Amino acid sequence: MDAAYLSTLLVWASLVALTIALVAFSIDLARRTGERGADRARELAAAGAAASGTAGTATSAAGSTDAGAGPGTTQPHPVSPDGAVLPPSGRAAGIAMSTTWLGTALLLAAIVLRGVAAGRTPWANMYEFTLVGSFVALAVFLGFTLRRDVRFLGAFVTGLAAIFLTLGLNVFYVAAMGVQPALQSYWLILHVGVAIIATGVFTVAFVASVLQLLREARDGGAQLLGTWYWLDRVPNPTSLEGLSFRLNAIGFVLWTFTIIGGAIWAEHAWGRYWGWDPKEVWSFVIWVVYAAYLHARTTRGWSGTRAAWFVVVGYACVLFNFTGVNLLFNGMHSYSGLTAG
Amino acid sequence: MSERTTYRPEGIDDAFVGDGGTRTEGAPAPNVPALGWRGMLRWTWRQLTSMRVALLLLMLLAVAAVPGSILPQRGQDPAGVLEYLGNHPTSGEWLDRFGFFAVYTSPWFSAIYLLLFVSLVGCIVPRAMQHARNLRGRPPRTPARFARFPALAEGTTTASPDDVVEAVAAHLRRRHTFRVDVAAEPARAARGTGERALPARPATRTVAAERGYLRETGNLVFHLALVGLLVSVALGQLLHYRGQAIVTEGRGFANAVTDYDTFENGAWFRPEALRPFSLTLDAFSSHFASDDVAFAQARDFTAYVSVIEASGDESEQTIKVNHPITVDGAKIYLMGNGFAPDLTITDADGQVAFAGRVPFLPEDTMYTSRGVIKVPDVSPGLEQIGMVGYFLPSAVVAEDGAARSVFPQPDNPLMVLELYTGDLGLDDGVPQNVYRLDTASLDPVTDADGERIKVLVRPGETVELPDGLGTVTLGQQVPRYVALDLRHDPSLAWVLTFSLVAMAGLAVSLFTPRRRVWLRTWQDPQEPGRTRVELAGLARGDDAGLQGEVDRALAAVPGLVAPHDETTGDAAADADAEGVAPADTTPAERAGEHDTQDRPTNREGH
Ligand code: HEM
Repeated sequence: MDAAYLSTLLVWASLVALTIALVAFSIDLARRTGERGADRARELAAAGAAASGTAGTATSAAGSTDAGAGPGTTQPHPVSPDGAVLPPSGRAAGIAMSTTWLGTALLLAAIVLRGVAAGRTPWANMYEFTLVGSFVALAVFLGFTLRRDVRFLGAFVTGLAAIFLTLGLNVFYVAAMGVQPALQSYWLILHVGVAIIATGVFTVAFVASVLQLLREARDGGAQLLGTWYWLDRVPNPTSLEGLSFRLNAIGFVLWTFTIIGGAIWAEHAWGRYWGWDPKEVWSFVIWVVYAAYLHARTTRGWSGTRAAWFVVVGYACVLFNFTGVNLLFNGMHSYSGLTAG
Repeated sequence: MSERTTYRPEGIDDAFVGDGGTRTEGAPAPNVPALGWRGMLRWTWRQLTSMRVALLLLMLLAVAAVPGSILPQRGQDPAGVLEYLGNHPTSGEWLDRFGFFAVYTSPWFSAIYLLLFVSLVGCIVPRAMQHARNLRGRPPRTPARFARFPALAEGTTTASPDDVVEAVAAHLRRRHTFRVDVAAEPARAARGTGERALPARPATRTVAAERGYLRETGNLVFHLALVGLLVSVALGQLLHYRGQAIVTEGRGFANAVTDYDTFENGAWFRPEALRPFSLTLDAFSSHFASDDVAFAQARDFTAYVSVIEASGDESEQTIKVNHPITVDGAKIYLMGNGFAPDLTITDADGQVAFAGRVPFLPEDTMYTSRGVIKVPDVSPGLEQIGMVGYFLPSAVVAEDGAARSVFPQPDNPLMVLELYTGDLGLDDGVPQNVYRLDTASLDPVTDADGERIKVLVRPGETVELPDGLGTVTLGQQVPRYVALDLRHDPSLAWVLTFSLVAMAGLAVSLFTPRRRVWLRTWQDPQEPGRTRVELAGLARGDDAGLQGEVDRALAAVPGLVAPHDETTGDAAADADAEGVAPADTTPAERAGEHDTQDRPTNREGH
């Protein structure tokens, strides 16, 4: 059994672990939502008794918006219900976290073995990019869980990673091998490595922004989300926005470096630092969209929900830059190992 | 003009610029255009330098860049443009008219980024001047009311107000993070009513502190570096030159416009910029993978060259992909390679009609290469001959006579030639593409059945051409050629410097917290010997570490008695100024800069 084969096997194993994690995280979210509904009913009953107001029934309370949940709060999205200490983690949460750690560790081993098999840095084609990108997203998530309870992100991060790995194994897979002369440069490690880290960071930030948008829509009374009780379990939109911003800020600086590093490398390899190659165009578009996001956040009337949409657009561009540009356009970046269609 | 000094672009007004209040209530509403062109101009300028317009221009720029990645571009893929125009005559013509085949030099794309940069300068210069004043300024006075600030803390101590002030000021000054002012306020009678009521209070001591001026500095440096980047890229466009030359083994070229196969230069280029050096290709080596997985994939190309610089210095150097060499300020890149077989052709009269190396262009990964030979009429009365040749480095000939190359290295070279006779058009004086044979006025040479005749030649062989047209000889050695790109762009160092400065400024501005902390302390009139301490914090932008900063300042107070109550909930509810995230129920030990969440930590997640 050679290293390349073992590496692929480990990716499959990691995929299985992450899928279990995904299911467990979802169960955990649902479970917490149930308890939350009960909490809320109790809370409202108490508030209703105190203020001799008309408290809703348990069902309508769980399904309704946050507004007015806590007496004495004046803001539209009160923090107090969410600020409550979470119930002690149940079995599902425990399984979810341990399988996520396991899946991430297996993925790391797969990446290392892949590098051994190819005899070079293991991120030179789309398949390897999906492996490492998923790993970074998982690592960012796990890193956060060490300091804070961000388990609400778990289902989405493991879900996205599972999708990426499935795509990687089935669509992008290429055999492990060396690289052509144009790729033989330490810039492969730096430029591509940083690009992957940036992508992983953007992925987690995207999850936070999507949750922010969903939560905001639900708090605003969106009919469609009426039964998505688990949304009550995620933090309020303002703190989701803060989380997304901090990650996006890091991602943006890394992306800036990716572009500068790419330009330096292009200057060495292709004899020009910028040539509006499709990959360069889309990297530029991504950069401008995230720059617009940063400006939107400081512009009156554009922060909050609208800014979050920039993150969604920006991340869509990131995904397109990775998949669409590699597969649809014939540029100088045709290193996917697959032929352009 | 006097309003210049107070004018601030909409959207960027900074809670810090105000008088220490919690928020600045709206930017000056955009004026309705006053009558007359001056008012109009001023209004336009204001709009242009507003954050909203910057945002719109940024979005436009992103959208405008996209078509260039979908449609073929003249600069990158001229053949693709011709093909597109051929396939879509009507829409293609319209797209062409609006510059869609040269998006990045089109008037509309240029207009967007130029407007963006005008906006940027108009926005950043006033900000820079304001910042220069702030840098020399002091932290704003301690505000009268703390309640509305996003981060609060309070406590009681046995130390005197003077000691409190001294200890906290020393704490804040440590490591020079904060600029600190200590002040005293006289006793105050109750005044005001309702919301704005202020209770009576004895004389107090205050601390006003501010940190993170670098944040704004970084932001300004970043934006100005972008301007520098744009200018240096533009200068490079004007001054650069670029040439391509094909050089075969043992031959060389001199750095002169006439020695290049193609040459292109910016508007401000002068031929004197070409330093007179020369270069000879001594040898070329290539290496390809031969394992099953990556069979025939390129692994290494190296050109060994001798260089004579303008100064007369000679040196031997190697050029590889990714490793250009620099000669007299110009960079030389290895962009391509192939075979340039040595061909000698004699005509029907036995006269040498053609002799020389012909570069064959590789057409696939096995280096199946195509070349064209145009044999002029040397002996009077004979027809001109055109040949299209395929050079196969490792040839395998199948039973039906079809030949193909199975490896890129010259292990078993074979030349396959197809012949044409007629008028090559050499005498028209129109410059011809040496890699193309115009067969319009040529006839293919065929056998009795009308099948085209293919002539096979191996290195060192001489073969008779059909119909007694003459002979062709392929040299024993098959020389290699390299395609070299030579480029000189005096702005490169500037482009790199501004990019790195921009990135550094960006990182500084995004990761430097900008915070203000105020403290007020006074002798508690009810409880002699007890001193009340109140603190408030304000940050620019998202700053999850603000409460921690305030808590640390409180912890620096000597002799604290009772654990302080958290009273921040309501303040958080009000603090929506400029995206300040509510810092709710935050315990003091949660002091990290990157706190992510509003709920107390729950660590047993896994
Ligand atoms: C080429 C066009 C521009 C690009 C690429 C760009 C990029 C950026 C980026 C990446 C940031 C984030 C860094 C930070 O938050 O400190 C930023 C911030 C900022 N930009 Fe721009 N910018 C451009 C034009 C402008 C213009 C035209 C204005 C003024 C109207 C402007 C005003 C600002 C301000 C005030 C901030 C700081 C926001 C804050 O308070 O954090 N920028 N810009």
